[in-house]
Amino acid sequence: MKKIEAIIRKSKFRELKGALVRAGVENFTYNLVRNVGEATESRVYRGVEYEVSAVERIHLVLLADKKSDEIVKLIVDTGITGEAGDGRVFITELKDAFRLISKDGKDISTKL
Amino acid sequence: METISIDTLWVLVAAVLVMLMQAGFAMVESGFTRGKNSINILMKNLIDFSMGSLIFFIIGYTLMFGTDVGGLFGKPVLFLNDDGVDGITNKASLIFQTVFAATAATIVSGAVAERTKFSSYIVFTVFITALIYPIAGHWIWGGGWLSTLSTPFHDFAGSTVVHSVGAWIGLAGAIVLGPRIGKYGKDGSVKAIPGHNLTIGALGVFILWFGWFGFNGGSQLAIAGEANAVAVSSIFLNTNLSAAAGALAATALTWIRYKKPGLSLSLNGALAGLVAITAGCDIVTPGASIIIGLIAGVALVFSVEFFDKFLKVDDPVGAISVHGVNGALGTILVGFFAVDGGLFHGGGASLLVSQLLGVGAVAAWSLGLGFLLFIGIKKTMGLRVSPTEEHVGLDISEHGESAYN
Repeated sequence: MKKIEAIIRKSKFRELKGALVRAGVENFTYNLVRNVGEATESRVYRGVEYEVSAVERIHLVLLADKKSDEIVKLIVDTGITGEAGDGRVFITELKDAFRLISKDGKDISTKL
Repeated sequence: METISIDTLWVLVAAVLVMLMQAGFAMVESGFTRGKNSINILMKNLIDFSMGSLIFFIIGYTLMFGTDVGGLFGKPVLFLNDDGVDGITNKASLIFQTVFAATAATIVSGAVAERTKFSSYIVFTVFITALIYPIAGHWIWGGGWLSTLSTPFHDFAGSTVVHSVGAWIGLAGAIVLGPRIGKYGKDGSVKAIPGHNLTIGALGVFILWFGWFGFNGGSQLAIAGEANAVAVSSIFLNTNLSAAAGALAATALTWIRYKKPGLSLSLNGALAGLVAITAGCDIVTPGASIIIGLIAGVALVFSVEFFDKFLKVDDPVGAISVHGVNGALGTILVGFFAVDGGLFHGGGASLLVSQLLGVGAVAAWSLGLGFLLFIGIKKTMGLRVSPTEEHVGLDISEHGESAYN
């Protein structure tokens, strides 16, 4: 079982969400985060240009097992624009996962 | 008799329109500054209007409009309670002039925003409405020396009397205070400190634009009869045209200079057009109003750059450029565009000379007393919050509450 974490552009989130649902992902968690890295955005306020060094990105977390390669490919294919700042994907081998409702840790949260 | 009723009604309606401009100023100043200083700027707007209302009733009004003493000030009568009538009721005149005085006072808060101690703010707002504003106002509207020149200085609704007085005091304040922490780098670089809510800022500008119909239209002090109805309608049209032209000019210029049309300066452009037309809205043509607005919008953008990047005077909301530079500019332009007496209408240069004299005298008075006032406060009770308080934000450090919870 694997934990897949992806950091993607805000503008790609709706598209990815739709693709994940179509691929059978029933549950995932996401958050609005700020990323400091190669990508910066310049803005102008009252004639003064400034760099926004922390850019807003979506961070999402989901679990998968057999279909994990397929899901990672989906994230990459959907999220890529070719510009610096497209994001990252992290894949972690997961020891255990269970839903709180099962209490005893028997019922893992993904069938994928 | 009927004209007294209808004229008084019009002035009272105009007075509440001008009173609403307080909401406009509050929203612009809060929106154009950081969220950690919102409570503070709103409190300052509330207190300057409240304090100004009392002070102007207690002494300011008669110091401005009382019996002339040597062309310099009116003979003060304390706590004037006058049910007399002079064209309109004297109390309608008092309330109309009160909301004008409060407008001048509230302009200052924007220029000194995000770093001025609240207690010090209360002290200087008293001096502005009790002394600096009424005396300059007397020179022009109260029968003082600028109104008795052989070619009288013309400032119909207060480009100079109201707007530039507030802005020049604000300029003195911004200089004595110094810039906000983080506004300028050690290497002299200019940093942007974006306002926290431009939606609210835009609402404020529309409220000001709305209120300005009362500001300029009400300054006719009458509406009954054909001549007054024509005059007030013409003032409305000119006011709106100049504001629109100011907004468009600033939009076009930011588009050219900064590659994209910027909202914050375009909103200031509309206000610049309003301030500039205020002096001459009664005696220029609609075409001239558009030209005045265009000049104002262009001047606004360059003026903001000049103060921000060259002089390094930190004016978070652009009050000095909007009200000071354009107040002066609009008043001087009357000397060119006035249908009766303007240089472009064959009236010669005498009106232009009077306009320059009045603008200069009021600027010298307001700046001079402004500097004295702010330096005096700085040396005694202190003018500025501590660096720690400024970092934390004035909402928490001065008022113990936050605007957004």
